[in-house]
Amino acid sequence: MFIRRTLPILIAFCIGFAMLIQYFIPHPYSERFYDIVVQQWFITIYAFMFIFAYRSFFSHHIRKVKRRKTGYIFSIIAIASALLMAVGGFATRRGDFFDSLYNYLYAPLQATMFSLLAFFIASAAFRAFRARNVQATLLLVTAVIVMIGRVPLGDYLWRGMPDLIEWIMTVPSMAAMRGIRIGVGLGAVATAMKIILGVERTYMGGT
Amino acid sequence: MKFWQRFLNLDRKWIFLGIGLVVIIPLLFPLRLPVKPSKPVIDLFNRIDTLGVDNGVVWVVTDFDPGTMPELMPMTMSVLRHCLTKGTPVVLHGGLWPAYIGMAKMAMDNIAVEFPDKKIGEDYVFLGYIPGVTAVILAIGIDIETTFGTDYYGVPYDSLPMMEGVKNYEDISIIVDISGTRSPEYWLMYGQQRYGVDVGIGCTAVSAPSYYTFLQSGQFVGMMGGLKGAAEYEELMERYGYPTGRRPATVGMDAQSFGHLLIVVLVILGNIGYFIVRRGERKVGIERRKE
Repeated sequence: MFIRRTLPILIAFCIGFAMLIQYFIPHPYSERFYDIVVQQWFITIYAFMFIFAYRSFFSHHIRKVKRRKTGYIFSIIAIASALLMAVGGFATRRGDFFDSLYNYLYAPLQATMFSLLAFFIASAAFRAFRARNVQATLLLVTAVIVMIGRVPLGDYLWRGMPDLIEWIMTVPSMAAMRGIRIGVGLGAVATAMKIILGVERTYMGGT
Repeated sequence: MKFWQRFLNLDRKWIFLGIGLVVIIPLLFPLRLPVKPSKPVIDLFNRIDTLGVDNGVVWVVTDFDPGTMPELMPMTMSVLRHCLTKGTPVVLHGGLWPAYIGMAKMAMDNIAVEFPDKKIGEDYVFLGYIPGVTAVILAIGIDIETTFGTDYYGVPYDSLPMMEGVKNYEDISIIVDISGTRSPEYWLMYGQQRYGVDVGIGCTAVSAPSYYTFLQSGQFVGMMGGLKGAAEYEELMERYGYPTGRRPATVGMDAQSFGHLLIVVLVILGNIGYFIVRRGERKVGIERRKE
């Protein structure tokens, strides 16, 4: 219980609180502490996260393959791909083989996945973008103006289009975004305080 | 009404075909539609353009993967070309996440071909990837040499002539984060706010609206938003006589122009059809009730 629950809360409290007050104390000891935490501990702990990520990835997919769950063939492909990239990276670090895997496999596959979005968005916009009520009409009109105004064609159609777009982006859109950001910021501060004080414990896997 | 009903039930393969055609044809036969640079792009361009050799290094970060490469790679190449043509020392940092290092390597390989007279280690440096995300941003503020140790090719930091005297953010004139993620916010929180380094960004069109708040507050020096931003930067490069390559972003804007136009036409026609069909259905309903 102590190792699993109390110790992580204690570590989170001590480090969290120390980093919080360290920011306001420009003493050499305080700055040395900051250097150690950031340059040595933080980066090292982050590197260990990859080991845990790999462990979690393999245990999940191996379990699927062992139990012959639906789509387990994709788990085999996922394991093989992960191993190929890892071995390629370690065996020929910064070499042609790894670059080839990245440039001729990973890059085209991911670019293909992303470019499919253009087709599905066009189809979805055609079917779902309807002026059913006032709010939807407002959204529709703004979207049409921004879509045309964000490309050179908009300038062709009407000279004032780029200025109108700039106004939309810098006034109504930014006002809404600023409100969201302030809310998110306050929420992040509250969550951070809850983690430091041990009130929020879901990061340990519990409730 | 029947026509509109059939139109509203249009098979999506025709929409896919239409999008495919309006994207491919302008890429094969570019029109190079004129692009008008916007203020955020002009600000970023001017900030880099006014840097001299002694103003510190320009730190370019490739925080994107192949999915957003068409938008963000032209920005990366333009900024690198801009710096190298001017003789401004430039550091390429292979991103805050491991999948992005390939993008930086791709940019580096292109630069080596385009600028054969520029020497790696002397005119530009490729620092690769270090795990840590926000910790890396903070660690750069303490000591770059301790953080990275070597460049991407394994050359020790102290053997890189260009990095002589480059210790932390004080020796960096501007961070240019080309990003398809939330990383500009990290550079803002941990680089700009904590250490006072200037930050300029290049981001996808989708994320651009969320960064206007930081432009207005002056926390970001400038911004290239989406392919449009990249095309505007290329336009400024050409105006001021810098090499622009084949202007991939400007050519891409032709495709995007016609793609957007087709979607807008489809949305407008879809709404016209929706209202005609709805009115027709209402009429039929009223008549049935009367009967």
